[in-house]
Amino acid sequence: MSQAVADAAKKPATSDPWQQVNDVVIRIATPNGSGSQSANNALMRSIFTMGVPVSSKNLFPSNIQGLPTWFTIRANEHGWQSARNRTDLCIAMNPQTAAEDIAELQPGTMLICRESLKALVKRDDLVVYVVPFNKIVNTVCDETRLRKMVINMIYVGVVAHLLGIEFDEVEKAIHWQFAKKVKAAQLNTQAARAGYDYAVANLEAQTRFVLKRSKAAEGKILLEGNQATALGMVFGGLTFASWYPITPSSSVCEYLTGYMDKFRRDPDGKNTYVILQAEDELAAIGMVLGASWAGARSFTATSGPGISLMAEMAGLSYFAEVPAVVVDVQRMGPSTGLPTRTCQGDISKAYYLSHGDCKHILLMPGNMKECYEFAMESLELAEQFQTIVFLMTDLDLGMNKWLSDNFEYPSKPISRGKVLSAHDLSQNGTFARYKDVDGDGIPYRTVPGTDHPGAAFFTRGTGHTETAAYSEKAEAWQKNIDRLARKFDTAREKVPQPIVKNESGAEIGIIAYGSTDAAVVETRHILEHEHGVKTAYLRLRALPVGKTVQEFCGSYKKILIVEQNRDAQVAGILKSEYPELAPRFTSILHYNGLPIDADTLVAKILPQAGK
Amino acid sequence: MSSTVAAPPAKAPKTNRLGLTMKEYQGAESTLCAGCGHDAITSSIIKAFYDLGVPPHMVAKLSGIGCSSKTTNYFLNGSHGFNTVHGRMATIATGANMANRHLVNIGVSGDGDTASIGLGHFCHMVRRNVHVVYLIENNGCYGLTKGQASATADKGTVMKSGITIQSQPVDLCALAIEMGCGFVARSFSGDTQQVRTLIKAAVAHTGTAVIDIVSPCVTFNNHEGSTKSQVYARDHEEPLHEMDFIPHYENISVDYEPGTAKVVKMHDGSHITLKKLEVDYDSHDRLRALELLSHARNENLFYTGLVYFNPDIKPLDEHMNLIDEPLAQLPESRVRPSQEAFASIMKTFA
Repeated sequence: MSQAVADAAKKPATSDPWQQVNDVVIRIATPNGSGSQSANNALMRSIFTMGVPVSSKNLFPSNIQGLPTWFTIRANEHGWQSARNRTDLCIAMNPQTAAEDIAELQPGTMLICRESLKALVKRDDLVVYVVPFNKIVNTVCDETRLRKMVINMIYVGVVAHLLGIEFDEVEKAIHWQFAKKVKAAQLNTQAARAGYDYAVANLEAQTRFVLKRSKAAEGKILLEGNQATALGMVFGGLTFASWYPITPSSSVCEYLTGYMDKFRRDPDGKNTYVILQAEDELAAIGMVLGASWAGARSFTATSGPGISLMAEMAGLSYFAEVPAVVVDVQRMGPSTGLPTRTCQGDISKAYYLSHGDCKHILLMPGNMKECYEFAMESLELAEQFQTIVFLMTDLDLGMNKWLSDNFEYPSKPISRGKVLSAHDLSQNGTFARYKDVDGDGIPYRTVPGTDHPGAAFFTRGTGHTETAAYSEKAEAWQKNIDRLARKFDTAREKVPQPIVKNESGAEIGIIAYGSTDAAVVETRHILEHEHGVKTAYLRLRALPVGKTVQEFCGSYKKILIVEQNRDAQVAGILKSEYPELAPRFTSILHYNGLPIDADTLVAKILPQAGK
Repeated sequence: MSSTVAAPPAKAPKTNRLGLTMKEYQGAESTLCAGCGHDAITSSIIKAFYDLGVPPHMVAKLSGIGCSSKTTNYFLNGSHGFNTVHGRMATIATGANMANRHLVNIGVSGDGDTASIGLGHFCHMVRRNVHVVYLIENNGCYGLTKGQASATADKGTVMKSGITIQSQPVDLCALAIEMGCGFVARSFSGDTQQVRTLIKAAVAHTGTAVIDIVSPCVTFNNHEGSTKSQVYARDHEEPLHEMDFIPHYENISVDYEPGTAKVVKMHDGSHITLKKLEVDYDSHDRLRALELLSHARNENLFYTGLVYFNPDIKPLDEHMNLIDEPLAQLPESRVRPSQEAFASIMKTFA
């Protein structure tokens, strides 16, 4: 350690003009599968239970064991949750990446590294804490096998001391983490304690980054988007799910399985649902259509490659008007792409999925609460519109832990849409499956098993008349396809509407959607407070768009459409909807697989504001 | 009908045990080629469902794409039908069965639909033992796209286009047995008596019932050199047994010579009787069944009848620990957990 660094580390804890309270980004580099997840979660949770808003990004490889993983914890009093491209405290545990991890750090960053990696620190502008992890773990644990598992817990203790996390909270977090595994909890607590004690005895406290008890995260919850989506399905009255494992969507159905098993049994122990793991995505969506056609509320969860496979069935759902919900936890494509990286690259594919003239409803949640609420809403809309509905989340939302307001128990009763019962049929007399009775393009349907001689009809993907009879007649075809377009237009004002923040006098209006929201919110704050640039903001929450979007686009000179894809997919859709407004559109695009961050966004927007 | 009525009643149409006429089991007029084997099977389906007295509203007719898949429109007008996409009907059937386990699912598929594009789904449906009667109207060719060879065309047969088949055929019966199917049959569309009996037994079976029916394509695959032609099938059919079906609501009275017939009891109380013919065959013997099929393929023999039967394989809906009522019809109170449940989940995130 150079003298300067050593001095910096030993600087007394006096008033520091650069001090940041409850604003720190911690980056932990470990090999995949080394048990670091428990340590990282415990560290994160101990900050959360101090009332400090916290969130995390897990950057992991498409691999089970051995490849590098980076876990970033961001604590921020304002509740900013988007990725940052800076690190304040780096914990280098992985020999594979340590040299690069260290080289990337900005001057002044704190670095905790293993003794064995000390030689890799060849710069003197960092605040370095060398910790003899191996020596410490030996004092905690005799078994070699267990040492590997608990060694990471030591840095939790070290960080707790350096940043001022109360050790009580660390201990509670570890016990929460290991829940019923008492022995594991004890051993891990000992490891964290050993790290903490070592830090107290050997490392000088620093004053640059400090965590203090706060009320900012009080009453909030911490969870992953895939959990929230699964919960929405549970409370949305889902009865059938079929899925095929694919990163990053698998945990939607795994969480769902856990919740359903616990909360969706009759008193006699029988299930009020079915979850089936299918042989592929073709089957998953096929089963969903079959179940849905027979009257069950159904969904599947997948990611890009699965969406590609589901294309044909999406057209069947659209054209034969069979409800279906598909959750697309987007990952980076094309092809196998980067299975463990995020993007918003499936928007136009999902919007137009299948051959012929097809357009679908897409819901685009921007946070945890919306993952939950839109999951319920997707089930409602699919049945009300008798069509396929896509719930477009992404890896960043789905697999990372986000802070959220508490969810609310659903206030709306479940509505199954225009389904005629045997009783309705006796009252109405006639029933024409594809007739636009109400002028909204949405016809009435019946489900198999309806005990009325007039209930049955023939569902088909081929041309059909209002009464569901096969037809190749030009007029019948066009009439039907025009009605489907009318139905789609009805959806414009029925889907979740955009959230608009108008700003009088602003020249720039930003449009974004999904996980990008977190970065946009922070970006607007930075633009206004650090650069004096005020911007308006429309957060799109669904497709198709309606008049709110049109009005917004017409209200600002420059519309910046921020997306995490290369081809400006939503911009393309908006241009085709509003060609007259297209000259105002400029796309701000981010597509390297990492979640979009405010720093990048600010840098891209400033030139648009003439700065 | 009661004989105490003095005057003979006006000629009332014949009805089944539900009081329904045969007309109520019919469908739209067929648009297939005149003489198509599929139409004969359609008639057998109508007759079987009429005879059994299955309530039409409780039947789900499912199909994929192809000539065979069109036929679900030609029977049981009073039932919901779903003509889906090519090769995926097995998946639709799986979903429909889970949504409402009381529906009688009849899936009609073809050799292209099942043995080529849908082969994977077929295997997985059988493996799961989805409760469905699965008919393959097997003509060894793609009729709707004008006669291309299908994967069930036997090796060495000459297609109408002049192409000689070089690949091994897919034997859907052998495959079904391999996948654990408890009801596997082969038949010939022209053997209407056998087809009808097999369909009835298949409806009574709990789980997947596969019936592979050679159903000649009179337009594209009815020539000499085809093993799926009318003449070839008629001349080569060798029934494994003479089969009869006694539904659960009828008393069984069988008087065969000892050792000449087997009576098989089904889970719903129905019975199948299998009267011994020339081949000494036991439908319960899985290895014997596979051996028979292998032999038939090697020697170009056409055995028909109930190739394999095992009523004791649990169907998918039983594995799922399902409630008895259809999932499709559960009220909100049964499908939305309580406020307390919600609160307990929220606590885990705090």
